[in-house]
Amino acid sequence: MYLRPSMVEEALAALAEGGPTTILAGGTDYYPARVGRPLTEDILDITAIAALRGIGERDGALRIGAAVRWTEIAEAALPPSLRCLQLAAREIGGRQIQNAGTLAGNLCNASPAADGVPCLLALDAEVELASARGTRRLPVAEFVRGNRRTARRPDELMTAIIVPRCAEAARSTFLKLGARRYLVISIVMVAALIEAAPDGAIAAARIAVGACSAAAQRLPLLEAVLRGRRLASGIGCLVAAEHLGELAPIDDVRGTAAYRREAARRLVARALDELAAEAAA
Amino acid sequence: MSATEPRIAFTLNGADTTVTAAPIRRLAAVLREECGLTGTKIGCDAGDCGACTVLVDGAQLCACLVPVGQVAGRRITTIEGLAADPRYDALRQSFHRHGAAQCGICTPGMLMAAADLLARAPRPDAAMTADALGGVLCRCTGYRKIIDAVLDVAGAEAPPLPAAGEAVGARMPKVDGLAKLDGTERYGADEGPAEALWLKAIRSPHAAARFTLGDLRALRAKYPGLVRILTAADIPGKNSFGIYPDIKDQPVLAEGVVRFRGEAVLALVGDAETIAAIGEEEVPIAWHIEAPVIGVAAALRSGAPALHAAHPDNVLIKGRVLSGDVEAALASAAAVVTGEFSTAFVEHAYIEPEAGYARRVGDRIEIFACTQTPYMDRDEVARIMGLSPEQVRIIPSAVGGGFGGKLDLSLQPLIATAAWLTGRPVRCIYTRPESMMSTTKRHPAHIKARIAADAEGRLLAVDFHADFNTGAYASWGPTVANRVPVHASGPYRVAAVRAETRAVYTNETPAGAFRGFGVPQTVIATETLLDELAEKLDLDPLELRHRNALRVGDRTATGQVLQASAGLAACLDALRPRWREARAAAAAANAGATGPLRRGVGLAAMWYGIGNTSMSNPSTMRVGIDRVGRITLYSGAVDIGQGSNTILSQICADALGVPVAAIRLVTGDTDRTPDAGKTSASRQTFISGAAAKVAGEALRRQVLERAGAGPAARLLVESGRIFVEESGERHALDFSDLPVSNESGDVLSATGRFDPPTTALDADGQGVPYATYAFAAQMAEIEVDTGLGTVRLRRIVAAHDVGRAVNPREVEGQIHGGIAQGIGLALMEEYLPGRTENLHDYLVPTFGDVPPIECLLIEDPEPLGPYGAKGIGEPALIPTAPAILNAIYHATGVRLRRVPATPDRMRAALREAGYD
Repeated sequence: MYLRPSMVEEALAALAEGGPTTILAGGTDYYPARVGRPLTEDILDITAIAALRGIGERDGALRIGAAVRWTEIAEAALPPSLRCLQLAAREIGGRQIQNAGTLAGNLCNASPAADGVPCLLALDAEVELASARGTRRLPVAEFVRGNRRTARRPDELMTAIIVPRCAEAARSTFLKLGARRYLVISIVMVAALIEAAPDGAIAAARIAVGACSAAAQRLPLLEAVLRGRRLASGIGCLVAAEHLGELAPIDDVRGTAAYRREAARRLVARALDELAAEAAA
Repeated sequence: MSATEPRIAFTLNGADTTVTAAPIRRLAAVLREECGLTGTKIGCDAGDCGACTVLVDGAQLCACLVPVGQVAGRRITTIEGLAADPRYDALRQSFHRHGAAQCGICTPGMLMAAADLLARAPRPDAAMTADALGGVLCRCTGYRKIIDAVLDVAGAEAPPLPAAGEAVGARMPKVDGLAKLDGTERYGADEGPAEALWLKAIRSPHAAARFTLGDLRALRAKYPGLVRILTAADIPGKNSFGIYPDIKDQPVLAEGVVRFRGEAVLALVGDAETIAAIGEEEVPIAWHIEAPVIGVAAALRSGAPALHAAHPDNVLIKGRVLSGDVEAALASAAAVVTGEFSTAFVEHAYIEPEAGYARRVGDRIEIFACTQTPYMDRDEVARIMGLSPEQVRIIPSAVGGGFGGKLDLSLQPLIATAAWLTGRPVRCIYTRPESMMSTTKRHPAHIKARIAADAEGRLLAVDFHADFNTGAYASWGPTVANRVPVHASGPYRVAAVRAETRAVYTNETPAGAFRGFGVPQTVIATETLLDELAEKLDLDPLELRHRNALRVGDRTATGQVLQASAGLAACLDALRPRWREARAAAAAANAGATGPLRRGVGLAAMWYGIGNTSMSNPSTMRVGIDRVGRITLYSGAVDIGQGSNTILSQICADALGVPVAAIRLVTGDTDRTPDAGKTSASRQTFISGAAAKVAGEALRRQVLERAGAGPAARLLVESGRIFVEESGERHALDFSDLPVSNESGDVLSATGRFDPPTTALDADGQGVPYATYAFAAQMAEIEVDTGLGTVRLRRIVAAHDVGRAVNPREVEGQIHGGIAQGIGLALMEEYLPGRTENLHDYLVPTFGDVPPIECLLIEDPEPLGPYGAKGIGEPALIPTAPAILNAIYHATGVRLRRVPATPDRMRAALREAGYD
């Protein structure tokens, strides 16, 4: 079965009936997992659903439709707080992947190395999940449960990612570490968002690290340390190993656990220094 | 095709198109199989390589990731559409004149990505170009000429092709280049009779196991479209193959035991839909898993299980070169450096997976497939089929990259057997994981070496021991074991040399031929040790090499006296000003550095024997003229993208004295071309080039003799007719009354043969292993992020003595591509069976990983070579990795003895050295 509805309701009805078990948008995770194998699953293709497209504002929050692709995110006029997500969008695969893959798919695929997740954690984003029973919203941190595990129920469809409005002054960045320039799965990636008062005092800091645990993680200890500090040169020095204690990196072909832990600390420090340098400029 | 499949309508290259297809099918497959547009190439089916890039509503997408159901109502442009659109003529011409396509398999994807870019930014810069094309992998070009081509899209047209006598030395575009730019080149997957059956091999998931086949009848019953299941018992002749006449240790289909993960156990043959539908888990195979022998150390341990009864100690072969008294030299030396090094399995990662078809024609079998060695394939398939070589015809497809990986048989015996037994044509295309798990790799090496010098830096001794992991089967293991000892002392005069190698069997992927046959691994040890030696003696690394460089008249470690063409000193001379400037600039930058970045500049040199080691490896070329005066070069040399079609045409044209445009080419068909030997060992320019020169000169003599003209007369080709001009008089030659002299329809024909003069090596490796050597030195400028352990290349300068650059642009193309592979070897490439069997876990350099490259071509002519030419294919790669490692040391003081120097390994070494 290959269902490609144009209305959300059709999709939800199909899911409610226990129809297609595989939801497809950009295909950038679906096909690579099936090289040389028969394509046998029943498919719900959500790319014809107009309601899932586009980036817009609703109720004071930014709403990124579930069918929005990386290139659209990279090229949209978005507030500076979303710069982390826009930087990540340019680092996903190559241009072909950015033109196909969706942010929602990145979340639902729930790879530990999903570049979108730390950004959305730093942005305090939520996901909107719809089913024939109704609609619910979940913080991204609750949605992504682990390696390839999410809180999406079988009859649910992710319809949007909701990014709450940040303070005007909020700035963010994203740093990705890989073993080559393009087309690379992250060894570690960091998203950092800082909201500073006019005098430089940090009102809010949200820092997240990916590829260092089953799911990307915020660093609440560090965030607490940063609050009230001045966003100024040298701020990266505040980052200490114990701030990353929650991370649980593994050894794999891309790097050892020890390396990941150290690189994460460094990248977090560099992300903060970069935001400080920008603020000073 | 099932009746429930919907019709999907879209615009394809401007035309309304409707296909009937399951919506989930990959667009790439539908374009190729339903629309017949094979210009869109499939390299991975996983979005990792970008070869299948097409435009959908103007935006580039990997067609392998697009369900055809999503393109309903949309506009699709493929390479065929781009080629038909005059707006893109300038782009294709720019690729052509810049040599931006080598094998051409990635080129459609590159052009589509470039078209996407140029629509958004008509005048892009280099960074934008890399960003836009960064999703397409190229394994041949090193990307730089592709960037040049995109930036120069509005540039001047290429100059006209060279006139008679001016082809050698000309930077002319590839004679076969245009077909690579419009999607018409036919690779292994691009042809097959409509009625062909398909074959899929079932392979072992285990590194070591015994197995029994279950009841295959149930599978046959479930799938009526399954025509035949091949097992070892079906092989008509010998179920074994191997490169060496006396080592046929690899079965076509395993006989109850498998020795590596990926070994073929049986093959399913049937219609396309059936073969695609059968899941591997449905094939009844009972496995009895055994403990695999992994790594050379385990294989050499006493009591280790023997992979092959003939080699109870798992040692396939030993090689050695002995000259002088090494122990005495070490004892007397002013400085000795010692090191132990290891390298990984490296995958060729050509973008074209193995593909082709076979068909039975009476009592003959014909195979159209990608290969680097049609004649060896012919003989080997004949043996497996129980046929005479004359009963086998090999028609090489265009080859989408080889690098040594297509020198071994892969699918040929399977499709030949299936076609023979079913009487129907049989096609097969390897998937990317199948290609990676089942075909050969670069040998992992474990090397221990000592190098000694006197106080003035004169090299006294090289003591070198290397074990090469040859995997489960011999393949080219003996070649590596024999070539390496000759090269272990480097391009230097060394008083005493002891170089010993072993090729060792393990339960890992067979290691075979890969650009350099063990020498790239060797120089990782010797050239980094030489740097240490220079430091110990307080000598400049370049001057140490210069002082010891082999020169004409010097005696090598095998006792060979170099007669000519030994250009290492000239390479180093060319590098010296850049070396000094770059070293000083890096030191100055580091002196003022406050952050984590450190710059470094490193150097490495190499030599490389052209052609087979101490073995006859002749090439025969034929050139003929038909009744209407058309000149054809019959070349059995397979052009795998390196440019031999162009190089041989240039050489033959000058030998014959006609414009290169007058030469037509027939290539590689074992029924139509004489044996040129294999495309390997950097030999085609030197050996086949020499043969082409002899053939061209001989035909020239025939033509002039027929015209009654003297040797100085000019041949002119105008409007397809040949004229002879002498003493100001010109007359047309008429060949129409001559009898046809051969099957090709030629009336005049001449053959040239060249076999480089070598001798066997004695037990101590003494003799003349090669007729000539290429020399080179490369310099790498890098930047290390000491906090993260990442290495960024800033520039590479490559000085290569090629004897004579027959086509400087093609030579540069080889150098660029070799350097890209050297970067991969140094920094990122590591094949792990079962773990990195795809192109997102196995990393090769991308657009952003190859820096600007400056090529310095040194032409110290080789008298045996055509117009002085030697070879460049493998030399291009060899010095790069040690140059990078030496640059890392210069930047950081850290010596890495294991490659690839991945960020985590690099950072661990930096931490150990005290870097925060």
